[in-house]
Amino acid sequence: MSKFTREEVLKLAELSRLTLTDEEVEQYQKELSDILSYVEQLESVDVSGLKPAYQVSNLHTVTREDKIQTYQAQPAVMVKRAPKQEDGYIKVGRMI
Amino acid sequence: MYDWPKISDIATAVRDKKSSAVENVQEALKRIKELNPEYNAVISVIEEESLKRAKSIDEDIVSGKPVGRLAGVPFIAKDNYLVFGADTTAASNILKGFRAPYQSTVVERLEAEGAICVAKANMDAFAHGGSTENSDFGVTKNPHDTERVPGGSSGGSAAAVSLGMVPFALGSDTGGSIRQPASFCGIVGLKPTYGLTSRSGVVAMASSTDCMGPMTTNVDDAALVLDVIAGKDELDSTTIEREEVSYTDLNESLKGKRIGVVKEWFDEGLDPEVKKCVEAAVETYKAAGADVKEVTLPSLPLALAVYYIVVPAELSSNLSRHDGQRYQYSAAGEDLQAVYKNTRSTGFGAEAKRRIMIGTHVLSSGYYDAYYKKAQLVRAKLIKEFEAAFEEVDFLMGPVAPTTAFKIGENEEPIQMYMQDMYSVAPSLAGLPALSVPCGDIEGLPVGLHIVAPNGKDRSLLAAAKQYEDMQS
Repeated sequence: MSKFTREEVLKLAELSRLTLTDEEVEQYQKELSDILSYVEQLESVDVSGLKPAYQVSNLHTVTREDKIQTYQAQPAVMVKRAPKQEDGYIKVGRMI
Repeated sequence: MYDWPKISDIATAVRDKKSSAVENVQEALKRIKELNPEYNAVISVIEEESLKRAKSIDEDIVSGKPVGRLAGVPFIAKDNYLVFGADTTAASNILKGFRAPYQSTVVERLEAEGAICVAKANMDAFAHGGSTENSDFGVTKNPHDTERVPGGSSGGSAAAVSLGMVPFALGSDTGGSIRQPASFCGIVGLKPTYGLTSRSGVVAMASSTDCMGPMTTNVDDAALVLDVIAGKDELDSTTIEREEVSYTDLNESLKGKRIGVVKEWFDEGLDPEVKKCVEAAVETYKAAGADVKEVTLPSLPLALAVYYIVVPAELSSNLSRHDGQRYQYSAAGEDLQAVYKNTRSTGFGAEAKRRIMIGTHVLSSGYYDAYYKKAQLVRAKLIKEFEAAFEEVDFLMGPVAPTTAFKIGENEEPIQMYMQDMYSVAPSLAGLPALSVPCGDIEGLPVGLHIVAPNGKDRSLLAAAKQYEDMQS
């Protein structure tokens, strides 16, 4: 049975951009371990000769004509949905 | 609880000026105001815009303009659908205050036929759950017993239809989220073939299994709504061609149809009373001339494990866009990383965080092959078993969920809650059309019959449910 250590949960939280309280870390140690133990039953399943089923519609490389069209979604309106804007652009925090 | 006439009759009456779109919308709004304080099925009401739209439809009728097949029919959309006139939050704090910049394709198609969205329904936040207990707007109460959940994640939609607030509602189904609440609330819930209904403009959960579908009081209504919303959409490149024949053409006899009762869906986890109800429903089919036999899909007991790898993986990617930069909600922080973390930590609920971390884990280097790839391989195995079963039978049947509606707070452990999806996730992983149709009740709590059809056979599926419904009345 998989058991998540405190460090592993903290690492996952970091990768997921989440800050957890001590209480949450403890809670997720248990819950994530439970979930992982449950799904580990797949380990022993024989899948020889199969290819992964990443999708089910069997559509491949759907294309359309490259032409200018008017859509309901307007860039100016989309930008206004962001928390901060300036001169018609989305304003984000400094990256580097 | 209130009733509505059949959707086609409502629209006919509006077109014939025997009633009006405004009257219908006012009636729906009145019922919502009266019932919602007790049931919490709806989290926002679209009052002004819906009345305005109704008025314009009535005016078009007076001036002789064409008004569509759903003229003046009010409906409710699950809160993960982008709709003008109200916030779209997917019942999560992290989307509070977000106004749709465009509408979902499904809602656009309904509006083009004259239907009017009057409210947004409660749900488990981001559609993560089977009870609406994960909503940041409080739980929805089951119309049949207010101490119990309505199911989920489309629990608000199911309760709203069951209460008669509106004639139909929209739900979304990733692993059972239309079918299980339909079962718990005693209504019809259809998850179409994957790709038959557009995902454009619906808050994404797991892109490879998300399906949009109707929740109605009867099969004809579900068929009519599907007929309006189905088909290719250039805004969602995973959509497929619809059938040419109308989905409302349900005159397919059951005589000689082959029904497979799925052995693995009648396991020890199934409530014995639910089992009896479902078996009785299958007997009804037999009496109507269907050829019933037991079929076995040995990998079905693995479906839930596959689901709880694939779906968290996909949703952890889909939810990465909630970074405090694009949508309304953003928490302050000293630098960009701190803004990301503070926004996500305060905006997401416990279940979203849990699933994001599981998804992140199974996709991370060193674990990808062992979990994610392996799950997709077992998924392929499942799909092969479904294909083999459909060589032998036309439909598969079983229960939608292992129990009737459970008490609020009863399934607190995540794994316990996930077990609710035991029977509903496999058709989702295979992209198959499936529905829940009411098949009786246990001490006043409804039970749903789960019918699954081969890929693209949505119309036959609806016809099979319709024949059963006819035999009940």
